[in-house]
Amino acid sequence: MSRLAKGGQIDRSRPLAFTFDDIAYQGYFGDTLASALLANDVKLVGRSFKYHRPRGILTAGSEEPNALVELRSGARREPNTRATTAELFDGLEAASQNRWPSLAFDAMAVNGLLSPFFGAAFYYKTFMWPKAAWEKLYEPAIRRAAGLGRAADGPDPDHYEKAHAFCDLLVIGSGPAGLEAALAAGRAGARVILAEEDFAFGGRLLSEKTTIEDDTPGAYVTRAIAELKSFTNVRLMVRTAVFGAYDDEYGALERVADHVAVPAPFQPRQRLWKIIPKRVVLAAGAMDRPIVFGGNDRPGVMHAAAAQTYVNRFGVAPAKTSAVFSNNDAAWRAAFDAHDAGASVKAIVDVRTDVSPEITGGAQKRGIRTILGGKVVSTRGKTLGIVSVETGHGRETLYVDGLMMSGGFSPNVHLTCHHGGKPSWDETIAAFVPGKCPPGMTVAGAATGTFSLADCLADGGRKGAAAARDLGFSAADPTPPRAESEATGQKPFWWVHESKGLAFVDFQNDVKAKDVALAHKEGFSSVEHLKRYTTLGMATDQGKLGNVAGLAILAEVSGRTIPQTGTTMFRPPWTPVALAAFAGHHRGPDFRPTRPTPSHAFAEELGGQFVEAGPWLRAAYFPHRGEPTLRDSVNREVLAVRERVGWIDVSTFGKIELSGPDVGAFLDRVYINTFSTLKPGKVRYGVMLREDGIVMDDGTTTRLSEDRWAMTTTTANAGRVYQHLVFCHQVLWPELDVRMASTTEQWAQIAIAGPRARDVLQGVVDDAAAVSAEALPYMGAAETTVMGGVKARVFRVSFSGELGYEVAVPARHGEALARAIAKAGAAQDIVPYGLEALAVMRIEKGHVSGPELNGQTSAADLGFARMASTKKDYIGRVLAGREAFRDPRRPSLVGIKPVDRTQMLRAGAHFLKPGAKPTTGNDQGWLSSATWSPTLGHSIGLGFLVGGSAMVGEVFRAWDGLRGTDIEVEICAPCFIDPEGVRLRG
Amino acid sequence: MRIPCPYCGPRDAHEFSYLGDATGTRPKNPSAPDAILAFHDYVYPRGNPAGSHRELWYHTNGCRRWVEVSRNTLTHEITGARFAGASIPDASVPDASVSDASEKEAVS
Ligand SMILES: [Zn+2]
Repeated sequence: MSRLAKGGQIDRSRPLAFTFDDIAYQGYFGDTLASALLANDVKLVGRSFKYHRPRGILTAGSEEPNALVELRSGARREPNTRATTAELFDGLEAASQNRWPSLAFDAMAVNGLLSPFFGAAFYYKTFMWPKAAWEKLYEPAIRRAAGLGRAADGPDPDHYEKAHAFCDLLVIGSGPAGLEAALAAGRAGARVILAEEDFAFGGRLLSEKTTIEDDTPGAYVTRAIAELKSFTNVRLMVRTAVFGAYDDEYGALERVADHVAVPAPFQPRQRLWKIIPKRVVLAAGAMDRPIVFGGNDRPGVMHAAAAQTYVNRFGVAPAKTSAVFSNNDAAWRAAFDAHDAGASVKAIVDVRTDVSPEITGGAQKRGIRTILGGKVVSTRGKTLGIVSVETGHGRETLYVDGLMMSGGFSPNVHLTCHHGGKPSWDETIAAFVPGKCPPGMTVAGAATGTFSLADCLADGGRKGAAAARDLGFSAADPTPPRAESEATGQKPFWWVHESKGLAFVDFQNDVKAKDVALAHKEGFSSVEHLKRYTTLGMATDQGKLGNVAGLAILAEVSGRTIPQTGTTMFRPPWTPVALAAFAGHHRGPDFRPTRPTPSHAFAEELGGQFVEAGPWLRAAYFPHRGEPTLRDSVNREVLAVRERVGWIDVSTFGKIELSGPDVGAFLDRVYINTFSTLKPGKVRYGVMLREDGIVMDDGTTTRLSEDRWAMTTTTANAGRVYQHLVFCHQVLWPELDVRMASTTEQWAQIAIAGPRARDVLQGVVDDAAAVSAEALPYMGAAETTVMGGVKARVFRVSFSGELGYEVAVPARHGEALARAIAKAGAAQDIVPYGLEALAVMRIEKGHVSGPELNGQTSAADLGFARMASTKKDYIGRVLAGREAFRDPRRPSLVGIKPVDRTQMLRAGAHFLKPGAKPTTGNDQGWLSSATWSPTLGHSIGLGFLVGGSAMVGEVFRAWDGLRGTDIEVEICAPCFIDPEGVRLRG
Repeated sequence: MRIPCPYCGPRDAHEFSYLGDATGTRPKNPSAPDAILAFHDYVYPRGNPAGSHRELWYHTNGCRRWVEVSRNTLTHEITGARFAGASIPDASVPDASVSDASEKEAVS
């Protein structure tokens, strides 16, 4: 056990059991999976992506590139999770990934032996040809060899939420700067959100021992959080990573229940926040960065700052005997903390020769050997056992099982780049510091490159107060709590040239120093090219650790300075976000709302089979016992309507109520035909164009009274047409006195169709005379009552071609109306019919629908040329008259029958002249809709044909290359039933 | 992105539908000899400036007003918003005085 006897912010009274690769271990409440593994001496936790190199825990935070594991099992299995951020819970199952057959013995590690051949752009160079081999051979093999974890076995059983939050000031990070910023703004009365990605507040304060007000940093954190909690204007969000700065808003992921085995009932697993702040203080801290030397990826090599975290926060010594390899003072303090906690530190190797006496004195006091001007050149051991050091006086071997590495600190500038701001190079700290930040954002503390604790506390307080003042709150700069100004000396150092063995720059993507040099040699000297060529920085950690070293090495081999070489840019997200969080509740049947029609329950009772039609769920057909196929049911429904009577719920049609003295004039401008002449109580069919001359929609509009009108649109275009009308009114013709409202959901509408429709209708209306043949002629409308006083509108219109009515009642009466119609029609043997029968009847009648109104056809193409008024302007009129639309070769609407009446037409076929080869040049048009007509006893169709109605009587072929059919067809008028309209006027 | 709707105040851009360029004006005279060209220019060519731009947004899930938004396409900074059409003094007024009595019910 490497657990220290005391210390750390873990609760030793709450042991937690967990497994890693099926072996049982124990940790404590407050551990991460990484700290618990280290406490149990588990050093080998994964295999690298490309070479399958053994890897250990490198960091203690979200920048971890190596310790990626699978958590949980089955449908909850979650791959590529960083062990360093996974909060330990009782019963956690974790597994290593990307190894076969086992973590300790990985057959794929042979890739590592072949690494000289697996250099930069290896895949591009090796697997370019032959092309067929790529799919069959290389890709499957590479996918097996180079991979990360396995996805879950089934659909995610948990649910995810989305939420919005608003505040004056968003503080990102709760280290010294973040806490002081939140306190300053909170005390001033600003609404503050403090977001912390960790499960505990405090940031680096949890990992260090520098005193504040003569007390431990932990005591300071406790006091600060207590004060923040006392403010009603401050919201503390723990386990919440702010991952992106977007326009006016920030994306954040709250891991609500990642730290329990299964979320509580109704508790989401994660919550995606959209935070809308007026100002932001980014206090994201800084990150210890690696040094590139031979074997720097061996398990046992760890960042010094991480080792300090394991010692101070988790009470774990990551190694029994450590050495340090660094270029800065902070690493020495990490070594001192490890030593003081009881772990042995054999030597501190520092590339510097001039380290301040304050720091070297600390080593002397503890009896730690120092090797100044030294470098680690290689490491050995399955997990670390031997470190070889160039001391300046020769090579020396250190026998240690831990190496604390630190190449200095990089401010976490990630979020400052999300609006395109480029970080700038600060020579004094050899790091990128924030450049132009997103509007309203200031950066505080270590994220600015200010590393001493005293400076971070003061900077945070100042920035928080300034943000509050900026928003009109009165806030003086606070007096920062008293803290040490500890030494922060460092000297830029990136790469040990004398390295033996593989020296890694990007651990997760296995990019080595040599690869960077090779890329430059091969001409990829721009940072962006380097990135693509070597995949540096393209793994899930987005190069948080490796990018700067890669850039520095490229600068060196190309003889440029770092600013000349380029910069490192970051895009969202800061840490990976599961797609489930973006989906939220919108998945499966909840992807969008289900809209049943008002008569849905009744249709269900009648055995209706439902289909999604646009946003609606509609009855497609109502099968009877003894009807083996859909066709049987549909045929029966069609014939019943043609011979007797049927009903269908047509509530899904878009409905728009218009009122005002100028509605007639307004409609004249949006329809191709004239509406201002329509008399009250009359219905008229209309066609609307887009401004480019293409048909947008069709439907009927009724003039209920002098200045009240009711429009219907197709189901599919209900929203679009309403938006278009509003545009026409508000933007084009605001001077017209028109009011409109969408009433699609407010009215239920049931169609009754068939020779006996009037008898049925008269059974539900209160005043039968009001709907008599004389009182309500074809294309008439009446406002009346049904079912004993329910307000209703009756429209005498027909889509089927039979005598037909549509009865509209307030939606809450829709189901009752359907039941009343079915009851009143029982004597007439009424049937319910569905969308399928409706579609058959509209083709029989030659009515155009979606396949014809496909966004490519003009009014003339559809046979509406004579409807178009020539005496008024309307939307689309001018461009409908342009040359392409007047081309006589433009296909227009015709009816189609197979010459051999036993043959079946299928939509999608193209028309060819007899004997013509199926080429684009010979194409004469296409078959848009086809159906079996039970009324006629053969297949029929609608289509668009060059020459249109002039071709009636001619024979063409309907050729379908996809289905391999070629059928002789006869061209006819696009109305197969009752072209004179006798039946619907009956 | 937040759009300052003149009616509803600043609202999430997801509540709006985007139409695009607000700089075009519907030609006033459909009978002009060059009407097709004028309408072509109104319907098809679109400015796509890298910088400040006037755009039409529809507040679909809000007040259902069309809003003209001045937005910088590079920075997404919004510098103003007003009701679309409201301030245009003489909007396109088609000749609506003619009735078309000869027109029949087109669909039976
Ligand atoms: Zn609005």
